[in-house]
Amino acid sequence: MNASHRPDVPGLVISLILFAFAGLIWWDTTNVQIASAYGPGPTAMPYIVGAGMLLIAVGNLVLALRGDFPARDSLDWKPILLILGGMAVLIALISYGGGLIPATGILFAAVSAAFGRRAFVTDLIIGLVLGLLIYVLFSKLLALSLPMGPIERLI
Amino acid sequence: MDAFLALANGLTIALEPMNLLFALIGVLLGTAVGVLPGIGPALTVALLLPITFQLDPGGSIIMFAGIYYGGMYGGSTTSILINTPGESASMVTALEGNKMAKAGRGGPALATAAIGSFVAGTIATIGLAFLAPYLVDIAIQFGPEDYFALMCVAFVTVSATFGDSPIRGLTSLFIGLMLGLVGIDLLTGQARMTFGVPELLDGVEVTTLAVGLFAIGEALYVASRRHIQQETLEPVRGSLWMTKQDWGRSWKAWIRGALFGFPIGALPAGGAEIPTFLSYSTERRLSKHPEEFGTGAIEGVAGPEAANNAAAAGTLVPLLTLGLPTSATAAMMLAGFQQYGLNPGPLLFAERPDLVWGLIASLFIANGMLLVLNLPLVGLWVRLLAIPQPWLYAGILVFATIGTIAANPSPVELMMLTAFGVLGFIMRRFDYPIAPVVVGLILGPIAESQLRRALSISLGDPMVLLQSPISATLLAIALIALVAPFVLKGLGRFRATED
Repeated sequence: MNASHRPDVPGLVISLILFAFAGLIWWDTTNVQIASAYGPGPTAMPYIVGAGMLLIAVGNLVLALRGDFPARDSLDWKPILLILGGMAVLIALISYGGGLIPATGILFAAVSAAFGRRAFVTDLIIGLVLGLLIYVLFSKLLALSLPMGPIERLI
Repeated sequence: MDAFLALANGLTIALEPMNLLFALIGVLLGTAVGVLPGIGPALTVALLLPITFQLDPGGSIIMFAGIYYGGMYGGSTTSILINTPGESASMVTALEGNKMAKAGRGGPALATAAIGSFVAGTIATIGLAFLAPYLVDIAIQFGPEDYFALMCVAFVTVSATFGDSPIRGLTSLFIGLMLGLVGIDLLTGQARMTFGVPELLDGVEVTTLAVGLFAIGEALYVASRRHIQQETLEPVRGSLWMTKQDWGRSWKAWIRGALFGFPIGALPAGGAEIPTFLSYSTERRLSKHPEEFGTGAIEGVAGPEAANNAAAAGTLVPLLTLGLPTSATAAMMLAGFQQYGLNPGPLLFAERPDLVWGLIASLFIANGMLLVLNLPLVGLWVRLLAIPQPWLYAGILVFATIGTIAANPSPVELMMLTAFGVLGFIMRRFDYPIAPVVVGLILGPIAESQLRRALSISLGDPMVLLQSPISATLLAIALIALVAPFVLKGLGRFRATED
C-alpha cells in the first residue's frame, strides 16, 4: 500500500461519472411501462446493473479518496486533440456528403501528425491514395456500400 | 473413442482447399498483427467481422482461429525484439527474451518461442479435442439457471483475474453490462437506454466497441505518451538455430508451460497472464542456471511462451462447449459465430459437428503452418516493424473507421466509435482492464435471457437458482471468487500494520 492519503481529483471525477451512469440506468428504467406476466420483466436486469454500478461508483470513490489510484505519467494533449480532431472532421465530411476518400486523407494526415510527422501534405496525399484503394477494393470487389462524395461519383 | 472419429471427420473438412486457404490467410494476418505493436488479435477479428459477413461461416471461423493462434506467435516476436509486449500475456517473454536479443541471442530466443508455441499449441489442441466431448455431455444437462450461474462465475473471474484490482476489473465489467442493456429488449420489445436515438435501438455493436477500445483507445494512449519513451528494435544477429544445449534446456520448459497454460485457460477464469507468470517462476526455481535469469535465460522464454499459447487454446474449451468467452479475442470469436446465427455450446456440437470439428482440426493445421511461417520467415515479419510508427497508427485508424463505416455508415455509429476510443484511452491511463468491457457487453444480454428463462419456468420463484445443485455450486464459486480478493487484501493490510 503506497497510499498517499491525498484525494485523487481525476479519480473523484471518474467516480462521479460512474454515479451518473447508475443514475442514468435508474432514470431510464423507471420510464419503462411494460410489466411481465410472471418472472422478471425488462426492468430486472437494468436494476441489477444499476445497483452494481452504484456499488462500483462507491468503490471508486473510496479508492480516489484514499489516493489509491494508479500513478500516471505526464500527458501530452496535442496528439490527443489532433486524433480526435481528425475523427471529428471525418464524421463531418461523411455526414455532409464529403465522401469517404477525402475523409480518409484527413484522418491519415491528422494521426500521422499526432505521432510526430511534420509532412502534412505528403501524408494527406498518402491518405487520399489509401482511401482511393480501399474505396475501390470495398465497393467494387466486396460490393459494400460506402458513403459517396464528389470524388467517389467520378470513379 | 468418439473424439477420434469426430476429429478424423473434422480433418477431412479442414483439409478442403478452401478451408486450407482460409487457415493460411488467418495465420498470415494473425502473425502480421501480432508482430505489429498496437493491434492485437481481438482488434483484427473485430475489423474483419463486417467484411466476412458474406463469406461461408465455416471458412471465416477457421480464419478467425488462425488469427488467434497467429497473433500469439507474432506477439512473441515483438516482445523479444522490442521490449514492448503487444499484449499482456507476452510480458513475461519480454523479460528474458529481450535480454537474449540484446546479447545477440535473438535467433535462438525466437526459435524456442516458435517451437515452444507449436509444441504447447499441439498439446493444448489435443486437450481441447478430448476434453470437449466430456464437457459437452455435462453441459447438455445444464438448465437456464445453471447457465446463468456459470456466467456469473465468468463475470467474476474475468474481471477479478484481468488486472490487479478487483474494483477496477468490476468497473470495466459493469460498463460492459450497461452497454449491453442498450437497445430493444428481445422478449417484450421495450426500448431500454436508447434516449430516443433510433440508431441505438439495435444495441451497441460489439465490433464498434472493440474497435473503439482497442484501435482508437490504443492510438490515443500511445500518442499521448510518445514524449516519454521511444522503442528500439534489436536486430536479429547470429544464427537462428538453437544449439543442443538450448534444446536440452527448452523442451521440459515447453511441456511444463503447456501443462500450466491449458488447464488455466480452459477454466472459465480466462487470461493467459497467470500461467505465463507461474511458468516463469517455476522455470526459475528448477533451472540449473538460475544466475542467468534476468540476463537472458532461454527457459524463461520457452516456458512462458508455451504457457501463453496453451492458454489461448484452452480458452477455446469454454468458448466452444459452453459459449463462454473468457478473453477479448474469444469474445470477438463469439461475435463471429453470432454473426452467422450460430451459438457455440453443446447444441452446436450436435447440430453442426462439421463446423466445430472442422475448426478443431484446422487448429492443428494452423499450428503447423505457423511453425513453418515463423522459423524461416522471421526476418520477413521483423521487417513489418520497420513501418514508421505515425503511418502504422494512421493506417490502423483508417482501417478501423472504414470497417465501422462499411458495417453501418451512420454518423451516430462513428460518434460512438470515437466515444469508445476516449473510453479506452481513459481506461488505459487509469489502469482499468479492457477485456471485461467486451465480455460484459457480449455476455450480459445472454445472462439476462437465461435468468429470465429460468425464472419464468419457475413462475418467478428466485429459489430455482439455489435448488439446482449445479447452479448453487457455481453461484457459491462466483461468490467466493468475488469476496476472496477483498478478504486477502484485508488480511495483507492487517499483517502489514502488525509488522
